[in-house]
Formats: sequence, C-alpha cells, structure tokens
Amino acid sequence: MEPVSAKSPTAAPFSIEKVRAAFPALEREVHGRPVAYLDSGASAQRVLASIQAVDRYERRHHSNVHRGSHTLSAEATEAYEGARATVADHIGAADRREVVFVRNATEAINLVARAWGDANVGAGDRLLLTEMEHHSNIVPWQQLAERVGAEIDWAPIDDEGRLDIEAFAALLERAPKLVAVTHVSNVLGTENPIAEITRLAHAGGAKVLVDGAQAAPKLPLEMAELGVDFYAITGHKLYAPTGIGALWTRLELLREMAPFLGGGSMIRKVGRNGTTYADPPARFEAGTPAIAQAIGMASAFRWLDMLGMEAVREHEEQIADYALERLAEVPGLRVFGPPRGGGRLGPVSFEIEGIHAHDVSEILDRHGVAVRAGHHCAQVLMDRLGIAATARASFGVYTTPEEIDRLVDGLEDARKVFGL
Amino acid sequence: MDELYRDQILEHYKRPHNFGQLDDPDLEFEDTNPFCGDEQHVTIRLGADERVAEIAFEGKGCAISTAATSLLTDELVGKSRQELLLLPKDFVLELLGIEISATRMKCAMLGLKVVKSASLGKPADWEDEGEAGDPSEAVADLGQI
Repeated sequence: MEPVSAKSPTAAPFSIEKVRAAFPALEREVHGRPVAYLDSGASAQRVLASIQAVDRYERRHHSNVHRGSHTLSAEATEAYEGARATVADHIGAADRREVVFVRNATEAINLVARAWGDANVGAGDRLLLTEMEHHSNIVPWQQLAERVGAEIDWAPIDDEGRLDIEAFAALLERAPKLVAVTHVSNVLGTENPIAEITRLAHAGGAKVLVDGAQAAPKLPLEMAELGVDFYAITGHKLYAPTGIGALWTRLELLREMAPFLGGGSMIRKVGRNGTTYADPPARFEAGTPAIAQAIGMASAFRWLDMLGMEAVREHEEQIADYALERLAEVPGLRVFGPPRGGGRLGPVSFEIEGIHAHDVSEILDRHGVAVRAGHHCAQVLMDRLGIAATARASFGVYTTPEEIDRLVDGLEDARKVFGL
Repeated sequence: MDELYRDQILEHYKRPHNFGQLDDPDLEFEDTNPFCGDEQHVTIRLGADERVAEIAFEGKGCAISTAATSLLTDELVGKSRQELLLLPKDFVLELLGIEISATRMKCAMLGLKVVKSASLGKPADWEDEGEAGDPSEAVADLGQI
C-alpha cells in the first residue's frame, strides 16, 4: 500500500516553519502562551503524516494480518509488512526480517533478556552496563541476573558525563556475556561511541545491545556500521504513536533465539503434544500486533527521511548548543553532561541552586514551557551525580531558538519568584 | 502566578521548621516520592504518655513537599499514634492553604505519608492522589499497634 521511500542523500537544512506546520499539537496554547514543547525526550509530538497514515488505515484498510485471504486482510498485511520494510530501510538492516515489532524499547530489551539471555547467560556469568542507563536498560538485566545467578558490572562515566572508555575496556577483561549501553543518554545528551564499544566488546567475546530510544529520532542509523547485535527503538519518541517499537537483531542470532511470548502468529504448528515455532520475525510477535501503530511509525520514519537524518542531527546539535550557551547566562545554574561542542546532543539537564527541579518545571509551565523534572528513570546516574532530580529540556525537529529564549526567560522568573 | 509560591510556602521551604534528625527516636521512617525521587526522613520521640513529644524531618524536596512537612510537623506534638494515623489529607491541604494540582498532590502528601508510616512502623498504604484518596484508610492497620 505504502511504497518504501528512498532516503534523502542531502544534509540540507530544512525549513523550520514547514516542519512546525507538520505538528498540529504545536498549535496548542498552555496558560495563554503557545506551547514551547521541550519534553520530546519523554515523548515527542505526533507528525501529521503519521496521524494521517494511522487514520487512513483505520478508516479503510483494517483487518487482521497474516490471516484470511480476503482483500482487507491482504491490504492490512501488506501495509504492516511494508511498515517493517520501511523501518528496516531506515536503520540500514540487511533484511526486513531482522526487525521485530514490539510495544516499545522496554519490551525490546525484555525480549532479548528472556529470549537470548535465559539461554546464553548462566550462573557466575557477567553483564556489563553503564552508569548512564535508563531503568529500561537496567531492570531487565537485574531480573535476568536474579533468575540465572549472574553478576552485573557498571562502567563508570567521567565528570563531564562521558563513558570512561578505559574503565569500560578494563571491565571487559571480566569477560561479560553482554554489554548493554545506551546510544544517547536521556539525561546527559552524551552520544556513546557505539562502533568503538562494539569493536572492544566483540573482541572480548561479548554481545552488544544498544538502547536507541533517544538516538533513533536524532541520528542517522546504519546497523552494519554500528556493528551491534541488538538495537532497541521506540515509536513515540520519533513522532509516531505509543504502543509500537522495534527490536533489530542480526538474523542468524534471531534464528537461534527461543520465543519470548507464546500465542497466535508465532507458531508453525500447534498440536496436543507440543508446538513448533514460526521463523523470525513472526516467532517473536505473538498475538495480533499493533498494526495501525506500526504503520504510523513507518510513516514517521519516511517523513524523517524526507528531511534527511543528517539535517535532523545538525538541527539537534545546533539547538543543544544554543541551549547550553543561553543557560550559562542563568546565575546558579549547573548543567549535567558534556560541555558545548564535539557534537553534544540534547537533552540538557540542569539544576538551579535554591530551586527544586519540580518547582522549576511548575513555574516554566506557567510560561507555556514544558520541561520534565525528576530522576528521568535514571536513578543509578542520579546517584553517581549525587542528586535526586534535575530539570530537563529535550528537543525535537520542531524546536526553535525562540523556545530556548522562552526557557531562559522562565528560569529568570523562577529565580525572581524564589527571591534569588 | 503566584498563589502556589506565596510567601508562607517559600518561607517554610527556605527555613523549614523541625528540620533535622532526633537521636534515638522512638519512631522513624523514610520514604520517597517515586514521581521525582525526593526523600523525607521523619524521626519522632514519644513522651511518657505515648504521645509525640518531639518530631523532626529532613530530606531533599521541592517547595511544596518541604513546606507541607514543615507546616505539618509544627502541629503534631501531643498527638497519639492513633491520632497521627487518623489525620486526613485535608489537614495538610488546609495548612498549606493553596490549591494543589493532581500532579503536585504526591509532593504535598509525602510528609503525611512518612509520619503515618513512622507511626505504623511500616509503609502506610493509602491512595494519595485525587478525590478518592483518604489517608485515614491507613487506620485499617490500627489493630497492629
């Protein structure tokens, strides 16, 4: 139904006005001001192309997939499998069957912890995580470690919020079975050197899982270049609906993995005395999938490819850099994460002396500026930084320098309210 | 704005009453607001009459949670453990005297929850969001003290 688009080869900057016009939610006002939505790292706004693709499917083409031979089922199947091909194309997968649709990045990681981890990690084995992981890339491994009696090591970050690569390499000498690392930190805006991490990890015999929840909306992705074994993404952070994400895994690895959830669609044959399982990716997609949402995610990827991911990355770097420049003007404000330059991405997390992050976000809200306050599901990192919470401004393709200015104005007002 | 950040609230935030930790307390409890990771630790000394003789709290928190617990702890000397458990949500809201939105209710109620938990000796389990929440439900556990 929907053709797979070729990626735009250009890195030409896009028109921010045209981009913003593609996001209906940006027309919202909050407390009488146009919303300055600086919380895309938690969940991005929906792009019109995705909203319309979901709407079209729901109105005209819906049926169950991989079932009947009737026309609607065939259309739904074609659209769903077309969505898989689009995702595969966008992330540079060698084969569309390497893409398993899941609910979100969390489910993707849980799938690997169960389907790969239970079979390949045993008592006394080690898993290597980093201090900057989101809870979604910590808890499934702690659960696996508890099930099988494995141990977890933590690769430290340096004081600028970058992975300490020497300490990481030293921990690889403990021969972990798996390295689980985020591509871009959801708190620090650090981009980890995944290709280098993978080279080191593979030399030590470890598999590599990358949490791409924050990276997929911002960076061009080529699975072969990264060299990883597992890559998890989620749709709702890249302008698509909730309830859909994808796990990319090399096909030969996927073929060896046992099923995660059991049920319909994932079987080859079910008998009274046992069941044989379908080939990947169907083996890992039990039950009726989120068809419309998968179509919505593919549509968002096609829209991003139209902008060009190089241009998207450049925009993110520029906005993050401008935010770091402007926030430095606010007295008593401390930013967590790498300094300006060197491809620093968002989000930008900060605290202001004398004002709790919660109060910062409440006062900003009254200016129509939406930021997140809290531990950002990264309590191991908060502990490393010696804090309980930060305020966090995170960006999207639609973020403008004027919105950063409004953030800074709001922070000045917060200081005034608190008599600072 | 700023009804929410009026002077009384900011005063209690910047200079909270009863801030600190009692040595050898008879009752104590620590809990966090899972929404933001804020922590509060309450210590209570009981008098010969088994009523609150002294109370202190410490922890990191926002203006709302800090002011709420500061105001609350000012009112608790002389209360029995049962009376602590029966304190309704409105007791804190009236002390604060401001509108608390659903998103900040957990902040406002953190101190009350920790005080009740200290009184109970285990996490006081009550819904603290929206209209449905009634902290006096913790009283169901009263048989245990």
